[in-house]
Amino acid sequence: MTSASDAPEQGFRLSQLIYDTRYRSLTIQVVTFILVMAGVAWLVDNTIQNLNQLGKDFNFGFLSNRAGYDIGQQLIPYTNDNTHARAMLVGLLNTLWVSVLGCAAATVLGIIIGVLRLSHNWLVARLMTSYVEMFRNIPVLLWILVCIALLSEVTPSPNAYKINPETGESAVSMLLFDSVAVTNRYTAIPAIEFTNSLGTIDTAFAPISLNFLLIAVVLIVSIWGNRRLKAHAHKVQNETGVRPVTWWKSLLILFGPLLVVLVALGFHLVSPTLKGFNFTGGNNVSNAFVALWLGLTLYTAAFIAEIVRAGILAISKGQSEAAYALGLRPNRTMKLVILPQALRVIIPPLISQYLNLTKNSSLAIAVGYMDLRGTLGGVTLNQTGRELEAILLMMLIYLAISLTISGLMNVYNKSVKLKER
Amino acid sequence: MSTSQTAAFVRKDMLPPQDPPTSQAGLVKWLRENLFASWFNAILTLSSVFVIYLLVTHFYPWFRHSVWNANSLAECRTIIAANWGEGASGACWAMLRERWHQFIFGFYPPELYWRPIAVFLGLLLAVAPVLFTQLPRQMLLFSLAYPLLAIWLLWGGSAWPVIMIAAGFGIGFLALRFLDEVSSILAIVAAIVAPILFWLFAVGPLDDVLSKAIPLAIEPVASDRFGGFLLAITIGAGGIALSLPLGIILALGRQSNMFLIKSCSVMFIEFIRGVPLITLLFVASLLLNYFLPPGTNFDIILRVMILVTMFAAAYIAEVIRGGLAALPRGQYEAADALGLDYWKAQRLIILPQALKISIPGIVSTFIGMFKDTTLVTFVGLFDPLKGIPDFIRADFNWKGIYWEPFVFVGAIFFILNFSMSRYAMYLERKLKRDHR
Amino acid sequence: MKKSVLLGTLAVAAVSAGVAAAGTLDDVKARGELNCGVNTGLVGFAAPDANGNWSGFDVAVCKAVAAAVLGDPSKVKYVPTTGQTRFTALASGEVDMLSRNSTWTFSRDTDLKLDFVGVNYYDGQGFMVRKDLGVTSAKELDGASVCIQTGTTTELNLADFFKANNMTYQPITIDSNAEGEQQYLAGACDAYTTDISGLAATRASYADPENHIILPEVISKEPLGPAVRHGDSQWGDVVRWTLNALIAAEEYGVTSANVDELAKGTENPEINRLLGVEGELGKMTGLDNDWAVRAIKASGNYGEIFAATIGEATPIALARGLNAQWTQGGLLYAPPFR
Repeated sequence: MTSASDAPEQGFRLSQLIYDTRYRSLTIQVVTFILVMAGVAWLVDNTIQNLNQLGKDFNFGFLSNRAGYDIGQQLIPYTNDNTHARAMLVGLLNTLWVSVLGCAAATVLGIIIGVLRLSHNWLVARLMTSYVEMFRNIPVLLWILVCIALLSEVTPSPNAYKINPETGESAVSMLLFDSVAVTNRYTAIPAIEFTNSLGTIDTAFAPISLNFLLIAVVLIVSIWGNRRLKAHAHKVQNETGVRPVTWWKSLLILFGPLLVVLVALGFHLVSPTLKGFNFTGGNNVSNAFVALWLGLTLYTAAFIAEIVRAGILAISKGQSEAAYALGLRPNRTMKLVILPQALRVIIPPLISQYLNLTKNSSLAIAVGYMDLRGTLGGVTLNQTGRELEAILLMMLIYLAISLTISGLMNVYNKSVKLKER
Repeated sequence: MSTSQTAAFVRKDMLPPQDPPTSQAGLVKWLRENLFASWFNAILTLSSVFVIYLLVTHFYPWFRHSVWNANSLAECRTIIAANWGEGASGACWAMLRERWHQFIFGFYPPELYWRPIAVFLGLLLAVAPVLFTQLPRQMLLFSLAYPLLAIWLLWGGSAWPVIMIAAGFGIGFLALRFLDEVSSILAIVAAIVAPILFWLFAVGPLDDVLSKAIPLAIEPVASDRFGGFLLAITIGAGGIALSLPLGIILALGRQSNMFLIKSCSVMFIEFIRGVPLITLLFVASLLLNYFLPPGTNFDIILRVMILVTMFAAAYIAEVIRGGLAALPRGQYEAADALGLDYWKAQRLIILPQALKISIPGIVSTFIGMFKDTTLVTFVGLFDPLKGIPDFIRADFNWKGIYWEPFVFVGAIFFILNFSMSRYAMYLERKLKRDHR
Repeated sequence: MKKSVLLGTLAVAAVSAGVAAAGTLDDVKARGELNCGVNTGLVGFAAPDANGNWSGFDVAVCKAVAAAVLGDPSKVKYVPTTGQTRFTALASGEVDMLSRNSTWTFSRDTDLKLDFVGVNYYDGQGFMVRKDLGVTSAKELDGASVCIQTGTTTELNLADFFKANNMTYQPITIDSNAEGEQQYLAGACDAYTTDISGLAATRASYADPENHIILPEVISKEPLGPAVRHGDSQWGDVVRWTLNALIAAEEYGVTSANVDELAKGTENPEINRLLGVEGELGKMTGLDNDWAVRAIKASGNYGEIFAATIGEATPIALARGLNAQWTQGGLLYAPPFR
């Protein structure tokens, strides 16, 4: 077969399409393409026929109709008079919110557990191993259900925080200097408020708080200033051999402006207080959210711990010995030799865990957290009866999220790829 | 030498070694090295002990107060209150005693429990030769026949359709065998087309005739009787087994240098891996009927199985792609040097090796799949984690029983998955040695 | 060789797939089994027992239809559907009829392409709260957390009710009735809202039903009834008139005990027509003349079904109320059989 490359000089024969390696791959591709297209056409044709039979059409007009239902947790303003599209957006933001917080918490917890698992402490290492095995081998759905059951069965109701007029004490007291109350329907946490608020800019999407905008700008400027300072110190060190003392300047640049702005804005925390049935004043984070977040975090942390452990173990001992031989101190060794190599091993699987966590956040269905599936693929789908449109749209959105994350991963992989010669 | 002086003292035998200092021996040394090596370590140890203490004090009484004999949760609570005083909490395992079969078999007819059990034992037997290479190779024949046998035993009914499917494979194999001498492409085409034609046109009439002539049937069991772990294992194992061939094709497609084939494979794999399983399950329950010819209708378990197969295929494809990529370049070149064509090279040289190193990954995928089967509860199937417990709690007697099902189902999942993951790790170590 | 495994399964699927003929009635007869969509588990209305046998108020309708069409009330395959999947299951042909406490609304009847064939239970949405909350009216629920099942009409009603009364609430959405009970019992919500019949069924199953009250406000009309696919009027007629036969049977005093006796012929021409002694009513729907006799024998007339599944003698203890015959001051009114 491989000798066909020097085919005799003849006219083109049809059999060459199959037997000549120059044309065969083209033939195979064309045939496959036709088959795939035929399959797709078949599916589309079936769908059209089925839709006709049911007397339905395919349009996304329902998205601009009034939604009519309420959503418990919302990051942008929403009332039941808003459209289904707005409800979908609320759901999407809820999905992203729980995913981002989940990834952050799972990373922290995962790193701690992964490092502790390598500890020489016999008891701690065993404890962490059992944690990892326990959470990895049991479905995440069970952990989410356990979390919601724990939160709703074990924690007290808001009423328990009511101060009994006879004794002057409540049955349960709040945590962290009376600022956090864990109840069986939500966790009340302090809200951030500003006495001299700058107000908000109302955009169609969401009101943007000028206060936070200002804080963000100040932070960015401070970080930039700090970098300049470091660069300057570096330059001085290169020229004179003496590095100027920078730590207090650094601290001042980083936190000084921020403190000034916070004081000027009158930044303070408002603790939740019990009023009537429920806590008001602070932020009430629904148990559905907490349970989902906790379940996803605990589960994913077990996987991240394994990734971190494998990453650390993957760096051979010779690397650190070589670094010591070069005269690098332990912290410089860690920063310049071990971490860059370990991160190369750790980050790709870590990001795929982030991807998994984001996809698993659709298990919000088990606790009634209104994420993208709960709004677009749940209530909207049901009220409008547009399952085809709703589910396709939902899948496309999830796909877009996933592709964005994996696209970022590819960029990272390229940037840290070993330049082999 | 001539010195006849005798040494003042010559030790004839060794002194018994002295006991090491207490800090360097026995328990104390072990404690010092492993638990209290530094102050930080000591803090860690103490906090671990505290955590363990908390866990034990919370859970041990609950287990100690277990009740095994009762007819309802209320009765359980009375018994616990009577034995351990008011306010004591305890596990009510009596629920398991009454309902364990539903956790395992769902609503499968009790007199037919031997069938799923036989299928499960058969599964172990069929998987064994794949997993443990020491076993005789003839057992692989059983592995090949097993899927059809399992389908027949689980769903029952006439054996003829299953035999017909097997016959179709036989025809395909024969076509491949004999036409291969004429032309390998013709053989492959015939091996695919002949069985399909056979199934589409010959099976119906043949089945009628044979069923009338020799009725070879066992009692049929409808899909809606499946539930609990029977359902989870059926969907998980079925999905993985069915997805293997598709996964191999997708992996080869993704590795291929033909642009169209590669992009089709990549699109399929990335699409499936990019969406949550739950949306695919919704496709199975809500949309699949839209995509099939009007009037086609089959039951939800089969629909879920199709989508789960596609889902698993995308993940398996990635695992196998890893296996293919791990093979040294020389293997491909050697196959070319021998003059083998693409399919022969894949069949005889590349795939056997790639699949072998992919087994740990496949086992991990299976563990993930098996855990994910619990999501079928959201399309109305009775999975062991939520479907069955919810159904049991709908009974007046067991209303409000939460922790016991969690513990029981969690323990079974843990045992099965833990042993499988240990096996995967063992295999990984073994394969690593092979390649050194 | 293994690559054809998938094709093989698909082939099996294609073989086992029933291809729908023109009418559902013929399909059901040919299949010898009625696919009936029911709730995944609501005590009294539709719930499987320890052996997986279904029973309940909605299930009885399925049984009656199966008896009328196939002559055997046990020839039913119950397909548990969630609030999410029920209408699609019907539209796609997975089930032949839906008997699953679904509210008859305008948009469902028109836009979702369903046909509601009648009402087997007149219901309304209400609230259940714990007695010690000290609330006696739904108007006092301002600021409360309310547990609510997604994918139902109840969440729209709830939003409207609170809006109309200028009150706020915190919706706690749940996926199934079982979960709602858990959350409510644990105190995660102040009030649990759903159809009053569902509330009563839920309350009845508690260890301490006396500590929970159902508030007097009924915030919506919820006519619950069986539904069939739009566009198959023959099948719609069969289900509609089976339901009417059950209701009429109660009105005329035909019970499962005396139906055989009465089917031999009575003085009352209405009963005679209903039971097929006179006229050819059964033939007109594509069934035989004994259809109503079989439907009534399946689990009794409407009153018997009610009493056996959700009536006052059962733990659910629902009063007939609106669901009494029109002669008794209720809304049940079967059109005449002639």
